[in-house]
Amino acid sequence: MKLPVQLILGAALTVLFIAAVLLSFLWTPHDVILLSISEKLQGPSAKYWLGTDHFGRDLLSMLMVGARTSIAVAIVAVGIGVIIGVPLGLTAAANRGGWLDELIMRGNDLIFAFPSLVIAILITAVFGPSATNAILAIGIFNIPVFARVSRGGALSIWTLDYILAARVAGKSATRISAEHILPNIANLLIVQGTIQFSLGILAEAGLSYVGLGAQPPTPSWGRMLADAQTMIYTTPRLAMLPGLAIIAMVLGLNLMGDGLRDLLDPRIRRAKA
Amino acid sequence: MLRFALTRALSLTLSLIVASLVIFAVIEVIPGDPAAFMLGLNAAPEAVEALRDDLGLNGSLVSRYLSWITGMMTGDFGVSYTYRVPVSDLVAQRLQVSLPLALYALILSTTIAIPVGLIAAAKRGSVTDYGIMGTTQLGIAVPNFWFAMLLVLVFAVNLRWFSAGGFPGWDAGVMAGLKALTLPAIALALPQASILARVMRSSLLETLHQDYIRTARAKGLSRRQATTRHALRNAMIPVLTIIGLQFSFLLAGAIIIENVFFLPGLGRLIFQGITQRDLVVVESLVMLLVFAVIVVTFLVDIAYAAVDPRLRRKA
Repeated sequence: MKLPVQLILGAALTVLFIAAVLLSFLWTPHDVILLSISEKLQGPSAKYWLGTDHFGRDLLSMLMVGARTSIAVAIVAVGIGVIIGVPLGLTAAANRGGWLDELIMRGNDLIFAFPSLVIAILITAVFGPSATNAILAIGIFNIPVFARVSRGGALSIWTLDYILAARVAGKSATRISAEHILPNIANLLIVQGTIQFSLGILAEAGLSYVGLGAQPPTPSWGRMLADAQTMIYTTPRLAMLPGLAIIAMVLGLNLMGDGLRDLLDPRIRRAKA
Repeated sequence: MLRFALTRALSLTLSLIVASLVIFAVIEVIPGDPAAFMLGLNAAPEAVEALRDDLGLNGSLVSRYLSWITGMMTGDFGVSYTYRVPVSDLVAQRLQVSLPLALYALILSTTIAIPVGLIAAAKRGSVTDYGIMGTTQLGIAVPNFWFAMLLVLVFAVNLRWFSAGGFPGWDAGVMAGLKALTLPAIALALPQASILARVMRSSLLETLHQDYIRTARAKGLSRRQATTRHALRNAMIPVLTIIGLQFSFLLAGAIIIENVFFLPGLGRLIFQGITQRDLVVVESLVMLLVFAVIVVTFLVDIAYAAVDPRLRRKA
């Protein structure tokens, strides 16, 4: 089978960023904690490939370490959504039409009324800002997304003959969900996971930008943008580079998600042919 | 239809009650003593006690919740601790910026996205289609506040067509007000328009595969006629849902964009509330935002069922 072009492109971008993050644990061109005011706001050079910021920190190193925050927040937030949302969705599908299904779906609708920014505002108002709050805010919003996707996917599989066979064989609804439904909706979940991952990166950047996410001295792409805003007239480079990093990362994940969907969903493949 | 509207209204009321309980619990129960929290560690005990009296914190939780909710329903959102004015006055003032901004962005995104999605679907597989799809892919990936900074750099700093931020007030004239909101509205609209154009394209393509379109073509309609007379109306259904959902994203997104442009809207009010620990402001504003989202979703549901009888059965 031919791999979609966007899948290759997207996967390449994603792998590049993850490699940069992994590398940042072992080595960065310069130390991001060390300030060197005498070398502040330098342009790109042999010593500082992408130049330095207003504290004389190396921009490339900052971007590499900042990616850690973005990716960690997004991954944990997707994890929260999957671990809580998928079992909820499977339970709703197993009790389709029943009161439990209704309760779970109405609960979903309710969470949708709290956009992640609003959740972050609520948490921050009481506990103060932190990266953990960003994870919680984005993660809570991910729960109904995964619940809905797994319920939708599971509903169509429950009507199939081999599920009937499993029920006749005496398997419980929980076992059927775990052994037969879950593997069959895994592709839906992988595609949705990629999309939520990229949305998480964007949301984390937004929250950190307005000061509701990662706090200094932890570098994060959103914080770098907030710091750069006052210097946009004199040194636009400081605002451009973190922005481009966010775009490249999100674009990579979105392309990968689209590519995976084309690859894994036979319905779309047929429609395109 | 009436039955559908009633069950939806019941679920709307329930959602609002649960949402208000959650907000009340987070803001007023978790911090322990909101008065001490608002004044900080170094506050004199007498000041804390006075504020407790002021905020009516000495009553039971149930009576406090009830008085907050009945107040909200009658338009009494409490008195801001930092501004010393009723929150409802602040909200009314700030809505004059936030609401026009959200609508401006919604209109921009819809008027751009629908024709663009239509063209992409009509010219499917062509260079135009690939160009549009590539651009929208990029538009989704761009953080809107970063795009806002880019707009400021190009159109305010370099070209000097717009001011970099601030709002002159509607007293300065409608045009001046709209001009100040133009860059923020473009920044807000970009990702929304990109998503909407993609939904429009895929929805129309899917509709064009339906049997009734084949029938329409078979009875002699041209592709264009079949599209405009039959496919377009059906393809609009998912597009309308997305527009409804986007309204809440625009309200929430505006919170960040207002901060880029120093616009005196609800978003800046919320952030001021957070930094000044003005819980009265935060609590009422969050409730208002959530209220707006829930009500818009309800209206979209009802509008659909009115248009498409098939959806009423799902209630």
